[in-house]
Amino acid sequence: MAGLAARHLLGLAEMEAEEINLVLETARPMAGVMERPIKKVPTLRGKVLVTLFYEPSTRTRVSFELAAKYMGADTVSIAPATSSVVKGENLRDTVQTLEALGADMVVVRHQTAGVPGQLAGWLSRTVVVNAGDGMHEHPTQGLLDLFTIREEKGRLVGLEVAIIGDILHSRVARSDIWGLTKMGARVRVAGPATLLPPGLEKMGAQVYHRLEPALEGADVVIALRLQQERQRQGLLPSLREYAASFGLTPGRLALAKPDVLLMHPGPVNRGVELAAELVDAPCSAINRQVTNGVAVRMAVLYLLLGGG
Amino acid sequence: MNPIVSLLIKGGRVIDPASGMDQEPADVLVLEGKIARVGCDLPAPAGARVVDASGRIVAPGLVDMHVHLREPGYEHKETIATGTRAAAMGGITSLVCMPNTDPPADNPGTLAWIAARARETGAARVWPAGCITKGRRGEELAEMASLAAAGAVAFSDDGFPVARAGVMRRALEYAGSLGRVVISHCEDPDLAGGGVMHEGYWSTVLGLVGMPAAAEEVMVAREIILARLTGQRVHLAHLSTGLSAAMVRRAREEGLPVTAEVTPHHLALSDAAVAGYDTSTKVNPPLRPQEDVEALRQALAGGVVQVIASDHAPHAAQEKEQDFDQVPFGISGVETMLPVVATVLVKSGLLAWSRALAAMTVKPARILGLPVGTLEPGALADITLIDPELEMVVDRDRFVSLGHNSPFHGWKLSGWPVMTIVGGEIVMDGRQLLS
Repeated sequence: MAGLAARHLLGLAEMEAEEINLVLETARPMAGVMERPIKKVPTLRGKVLVTLFYEPSTRTRVSFELAAKYMGADTVSIAPATSSVVKGENLRDTVQTLEALGADMVVVRHQTAGVPGQLAGWLSRTVVVNAGDGMHEHPTQGLLDLFTIREEKGRLVGLEVAIIGDILHSRVARSDIWGLTKMGARVRVAGPATLLPPGLEKMGAQVYHRLEPALEGADVVIALRLQQERQRQGLLPSLREYAASFGLTPGRLALAKPDVLLMHPGPVNRGVELAAELVDAPCSAINRQVTNGVAVRMAVLYLLLGGG
Repeated sequence: MNPIVSLLIKGGRVIDPASGMDQEPADVLVLEGKIARVGCDLPAPAGARVVDASGRIVAPGLVDMHVHLREPGYEHKETIATGTRAAAMGGITSLVCMPNTDPPADNPGTLAWIAARARETGAARVWPAGCITKGRRGEELAEMASLAAAGAVAFSDDGFPVARAGVMRRALEYAGSLGRVVISHCEDPDLAGGGVMHEGYWSTVLGLVGMPAAAEEVMVAREIILARLTGQRVHLAHLSTGLSAAMVRRAREEGLPVTAEVTPHHLALSDAAVAGYDTSTKVNPPLRPQEDVEALRQALAGGVVQVIASDHAPHAAQEKEQDFDQVPFGISGVETMLPVVATVLVKSGLLAWSRALAAMTVKPARILGLPVGTLEPGALADITLIDPELEMVVDRDRFVSLGHNSPFHGWKLSGWPVMTIVGGEIVMDGRQLLS
C-alpha cells in the first residue's frame, strides 16, 4: 500500500491492518538510523512539528521531538501553562494560530478524549497526531507496543497478550486492544471489576476478574500504571490490596509461557503494578519499548509528512 | 402591527387530538383571537383573511413543556425574545421555561419579571416554572405559594435533581396542595459520577466518562414511590431509558399520578451518535443505546409516556467549541422538534399524526392545567399549520435560536411547520417570521 488513508493519526480503531503493517515495516529502517553514529537524515528538512501537550509528559514529548530532529525537522514545544491558553484562548483559536504560524504537524496530548479529532476538524493543512487523549487512545504507544512485540516474537498472529490493571482509565489499553486484535493476536484483559469498563468483549478482548487465569500461557504481558487517585475515587480499597491482587511478581509471571515478554508503557510504579525486580528482568522489554517508540514515531512522521 | 380580526383557514386536514377530530377538508374560523368554529365550507366573514390550507395539517399550536430561555443571566445563550421566536419557527405557540436562570426563578420577583418580559418580547406564550428549592440547592423549599401566585405553572429544579428524598417528599406535598405539578429531573448525582455520556460500549471506545442508566432509573423509582407515599402528582422530565419507561408503565397501571415526557433527540439518536465527538451530542440525560430508543418509541406509542418536549437547551458557539468534558450539556431543540417527530415517528409509521400531535398539544396542556392545546370553539386561537410533505435539510447555522448546538445538522427532515398563529395573530408564515 502507498500510504496511510487518513491525513491525521487519531487512533488505531480507525486504521486498517495493512496501514498498521505499513507503519511497522517503515519503523524498521528508522531503528537503523538511530544506531548510526550521526543520527540525522534530511528526510523532513524544512518541516515544522509542534508538540502541544496539555498534560505533563516527558517520554512521549521527548520521543516525538527526537524523532522529528533525527529526520531533520524543526520542533517547537508548547506547554499550555506558559502560553496564551492560560489567557483563556480556546482550542480552535490555539490550533488555527499554530497553522497560521506554519506548523506542518501538531502533536497533541489532552486530558479530554476527542480533542485531537476536534483540532483536525478545524485545520485545513496542518496534520494532527494524537499523543494521548483522555481515556480514548494513544496510537503511537499502541504502534510501538505492536512493533516491540513483533521484533521480539517475530510475529503477532496467534499470540496471547494479557493486559493487566486499570483498563478503564487507560488509553494505551484501548489502542493496544484495537491494534493487537486487528493484527491477529488474542487479547485478554484483567483487573478489578471497578477498573474494567463495559463493552471490552465487544472490542474483541476476553475479560478476567482474576490475575492468574489471565496470565496462564500468555506470550506477552502488558502491565498498566495504577494511579494513586483511584483509591481516593473509591475505585479501590487501597494500593496495597491492589498490589496483592493484581501486582505482577516473578512467581505469578511463571504462569505465563517460559519466554514471556513483559511490557509497560511507563512510568512504572515499582512495587504496585510490577515488583521492582521485574523492571530490569531479562523478560522485560520496557527499555526497548522506549527506544522503539522513537523509531515508530519517525515512521509515523515520515508517512504523514514526507512519504507522499 | 394590526391584529387580524378574523381569519378563515380553509380546506386543511384539521387534527384536534383534544376532541378526537381528524377531518379533511375542514375549515377553522378565528374571531378576535379565539377559535369561533370548526367545520366544512365555512363562509368567510367580511374582511376576513383567508388562508388556503389545502395539503396542510391544521393543528392546535404546539405546547413545549420543557424549554430553557436563559434570560435573565445567560443572554449570550438565548433570550426570551430569541427563544420564543425560535419556538414560533418550530410551530410552538406555548412553552414552559425552566427556572435555572441567574438569578434562578426561586422567588416571585424573578418569576414575575420573566412573565412580564415574555409579555413584552415574546413571540409565543411563555408559562414560567418556578424552582422547587431555594437556589436550586435541594435543601429548603422555595416559596411555592408566592411563586404560583406570580404565575408559576409548575415547579422544577431542572438541570439538577432534588437529591434528598425527604425534601422531594415535602415538595410534592406542598406543590400538590397548590394544584401544581412537580417536574423531576431524575438523576442520582453520585451514580452519575461526573459522566459526560451514557456508560456503555461507546463510552469505553471513546474514552469518555460514562454515567450509567441506573443514575436515572433509581431516581425514577424514588419519584414513583414518593408519588405513592404522598398521593401527589409528579411529572418525570426527559425520560431516557427502557427501564424508566417500564417503571412508569407499572406505576400508571397501579393508578399512581405519574406522567412522563421524552425528547425528540432521545427518540431519534442513540449513543453511537457521540462517536466523532460532535459536542452537540452532549446532553443530559445522555443519548442511550438503540434498545432504549426503541423502548421509548414503544412507550410513547403505547401511551406510557404522554408528552414530547424539546428540552431546548441553547448554548453559545464558543461554549460548544471546547473539549467534550468542558462543553455544557444541551441541545437547541425547538426548531427541529416537530420535523424530527414527523420524520422519525410519523413518516416511519410508528405513530399516527393525531397521537404525535396530542403529545405536543393537549397532553402537556392538561398536565399543566393550561388553557391551550385545542381547537375547540372558544379556545385561544393558537394554531400551527404543518406541511407534511415539505422536506428540508436542517442547517443549524440558520437557526433563529442563538443556540446552534444541534445534532440534527445536515439531516433531511419532512413535516415542517409553515404557519404559526398565536392568539389569532400570524407570527410565522411560509418559514418566515413576521416582524
